Amino acid sequence: MRTVLSIFVKEFRGYFVSPIAYIVISIFLLITGWFYFTTFFLVDQANLRNFFQMLPFVFSFVVPAVTMRLFAEERHVGSYELLLTLPVTTRQVVLGKFFAGLAFVAALLAPTLLYAATVGMLGEMDWGPVAGGYFGALLLGGAFCAVGLFASSLTRNQIVAFIIGTAICYGLTLIDRVLFFLPQTLLGFFHFLGIDSHFQNVAKGIIDSRDIVYFLSLMFVGLYATHLAMEGKNR
Amino acid sequence: MIDVQNLTKYYGTVCAVDRIDLRIERGEIMGLLGPNGAGKTTTMRMLTGYLPPTSGTIRVKDYTIAEDSLRIRKLMGYLPESAPLYPEMLVYDYLGFVAKLRELRGMTAEGRIRELADMCGLNEVMHKPIGELSKGYKQRVGLAHAMMSDPEILVLDEPTSGLDPNQIVEIREIIRRIGKEKTVILSTHILSEAEATCDRVVIVHQGRIVADDSTDSLQSSVSGRQILTLHLQLADFSDVKRVLGGIAGVSDIRRMDEDDDVLRLRMQCGSETDLRPEIYRAVKAQDWILLAFQQERRNLEAVFRELTQENPA
Repeated sequence: MRTVLSIFVKEFRGYFVSPIAYIVISIFLLITGWFYFTTFFLVDQANLRNFFQMLPFVFSFVVPAVTMRLFAEERHVGSYELLLTLPVTTRQVVLGKFFAGLAFVAALLAPTLLYAATVGMLGEMDWGPVAGGYFGALLLGGAFCAVGLFASSLTRNQIVAFIIGTAICYGLTLIDRVLFFLPQTLLGFFHFLGIDSHFQNVAKGIIDSRDIVYFLSLMFVGLYATHLAMEGKNR
Repeated sequence: MIDVQNLTKYYGTVCAVDRIDLRIERGEIMGLLGPNGAGKTTTMRMLTGYLPPTSGTIRVKDYTIAEDSLRIRKLMGYLPESAPLYPEMLVYDYLGFVAKLRELRGMTAEGRIRELADMCGLNEVMHKPIGELSKGYKQRVGLAHAMMSDPEILVLDEPTSGLDPNQIVEIREIIRRIGKEKTVILSTHILSEAEATCDRVVIVHQGRIVADDSTDSLQSSVSGRQILTLHLQLADFSDVKRVLGGIAGVSDIRRMDEDDDVLRLRMQCGSETDLRPEIYRAVKAQDWILLAFQQERRNLEAVFRELTQENPA
């Protein structure tokens, strides 16, 4: 556990040493802020629904940008050899890096709490969906982090890792929109596979165990695949 | 201390390490020598548990690497080739990170980091990012990394590459000092380095061990060929050639130079037994005056070249 914590702290601090962290945060705030507030006064409702609605699309490329370096850089520099000859296991490394990515996503979301505060002052706000939305955003971020981590473990090139991660994340987000191409029998399965509907449920403030299980299993699958990829790379 | 049996590693169909057997005792400084691509780095990576072997066993103390990799890694410090460290981290932060993973806490970690900074000469770069350091300093950070937990076994892959001559001497001194109580395995292709630091040298070539002996005996006795030099007075070269050339096994008698009336000779002896008594007797039977009679110690370089060129697999 302490080892996981050490790796987590090192990775999380590592984000803020390089300029990438600040660039990603700025871009994220700029995009979400722009899209949210351009329609905000037209809609004329004191809620964050629009913000949460676009979150899966924004996260689909922001989160892989956050996670792309976690393993790819390690392998590119060769430092993974140093790390793994210390008394640590692959599992500890994967978990430490995953939580670092997730914490960074949380740090990314933190400034948007100001949106909530502003909107809360402008009108009568229902805080339930807001709390649900942030909870869902963390679940979504976690799931995408696991996917991005897996993408990062496949290659030593960060750009490639980013593209693979983005492709998978967009795939999961967009499945819902292409359902009408699919035969009826497969519909149920693919509908459940899509991340968007699960997220929107949680973001409405509906905490359904099926959605929670979905997110947790996506994280588990992503992390397990990462673990396999990193173990297998050395054979 | 370390017992390696039948160690083999295939990368796909390429055999990098081919059935290596090794025993390394406590307190030994062992040099792993070989040309590029001989399998030195692969062997070390398997020793440290980074690469799983294709077949064969590695035992360290009572543990095997297949089952107790984690415990073995606690006993070992490893410096990979060219010290691949996180470029954006500060040296101090990096060493702190390693200390934590090595389970050193609080003041102990702090003390150990300071100690290592003194030992490896890192004090003036502690607060610089590793990426900005010169190769020599990076190598020293790597060395500090390897020695963090004061491990019983130190595995160093080309520890002096990229260092200037002063630093090389320093690092060798550190290695020698550590080697008094600890087991050190280092790889190099600089032969003088192996000569200067190691008690024992293992030469690998194309994945196999072609020589395994103490540095001293390697130098004097490989392949039974020796080179003798003689300085004679009052001797004529053709006479000498006739007399000494008559001894079975002596060949290639050459005059090196002649000043005043001293004849300097060099000859090869290719025999299983020592030919020196016979040569001495032959010289004594003549009227020559023997000024010098010496067996040349072949340096490791010659041994190395001989072993890695004449044995194509």
